[in-house]
Amino acid sequence: MSFDNAYEAITESNDERHWAFGTGFDDPLSGVDRTIPSGVDRADLTAYCLMLGDDALILSQRLAEWCSRAPELEEDVALANIALDLLGQARMLLTRAGEVEGAGRDEDALAYLRDEPEFRNVRLVELDCGPGPGGDFATTIARLLVFSSWRLALLDRLGTSRDPVLAAVAAKGVKELAYHRDHAAQWTLRLAGGTDYSRDRMITGLRTVWPLVEELFTPHDIELRLAAAGVAVDPATLRSEVDGVLDEVLSAADLDRPDVPGMAPVAGRAGRDGVHTEAMGFLLAELQHLARSLPGATW
Amino acid sequence: MTRSSWPLYEVFVRSKRGLNHVHVGSLHAPDPEMALRNARDLYTRRNEGVSIWVVPAAAITASSPDEKDPFFAPSGDKVYRHPTFYAIPEDVPHL
Repeated sequence: MSFDNAYEAITESNDERHWAFGTGFDDPLSGVDRTIPSGVDRADLTAYCLMLGDDALILSQRLAEWCSRAPELEEDVALANIALDLLGQARMLLTRAGEVEGAGRDEDALAYLRDEPEFRNVRLVELDCGPGPGGDFATTIARLLVFSSWRLALLDRLGTSRDPVLAAVAAKGVKELAYHRDHAAQWTLRLAGGTDYSRDRMITGLRTVWPLVEELFTPHDIELRLAAAGVAVDPATLRSEVDGVLDEVLSAADLDRPDVPGMAPVAGRAGRDGVHTEAMGFLLAELQHLARSLPGATW
Repeated sequence: MTRSSWPLYEVFVRSKRGLNHVHVGSLHAPDPEMALRNARDLYTRRNEGVSIWVVPAAAITASSPDEKDPFFAPSGDKVYRHPTFYAIPEDVPHL
């Protein structure tokens, strides 16, 4: 075997020795106990898995929109990689939601056949940051910085959940989110410290996403009940850690925390209750239309 | 808004501990730190490596194809420089 050329080494034989970590991709949840923890309401646990799964699914869709349209080829791949990490988390969480619900819905049914009011993602992830009209790269980075800082803190605590599946998904996700946060922080520093123009765009991006930050730390009744049962994380407890991370990045970038009012819930209800912004319908139309137009289609 | 392109970086990946870094390709990045991250995303997404080096392409001085003969041909007939008289053990894969 020759190691003069990495691609020769890849194609030369079926020998797996040249892959640093091999090619055997195991199910990340293999061997994980899938029983539902005692004393936990099934409907609550189903809804909670949908909350965390929908956050990942919808942001994955938003990031995938950049595919082939990012400012540079390298960034195109980076955003798609992050989208794929989140899609992987969404699949495990939606599968768990369907399993706990016990009504025979699998990950595909939950992703493609639910209507907007049944989606429980926070509104931050559905915000249209582009690449189409009205969106831009800096806003995408601002959203990713906030979201990944928040989700990393959340998954870090969820690792000790009494639900073994949630704990396993969280343990896997922490490594992924740490990279997403790093990517967003690196770009925040560069856009803020680049030209006057890039700095203005970064400031505008932060102001665009900031009204949706408050919702991230507003606990839903289901989250509070499950947190009391040792299964979920009360998002209000994440505030000081996430604030600390964001303050560190913003101060390194010499940026101020935007002073903008939060987007109010609608009659006390927001994303976690299935009440979304107008961007959500368009997003779901694109996400779901193929599966709904050709029911049961396979690749 | 004028667009200027990012500088080119050459990427070297070590596929395993104990082996050397091998050139796998190049990419554009605004600075070395981002080049390292872009390399992670472009060249190690299928378990290709445990270590990455990035080098500004401008920092590499390369031999020219025009000088191929004077550079390399003279070593072509010096058989005594090759260890062809030793038996190489089969279980030493990367000698």
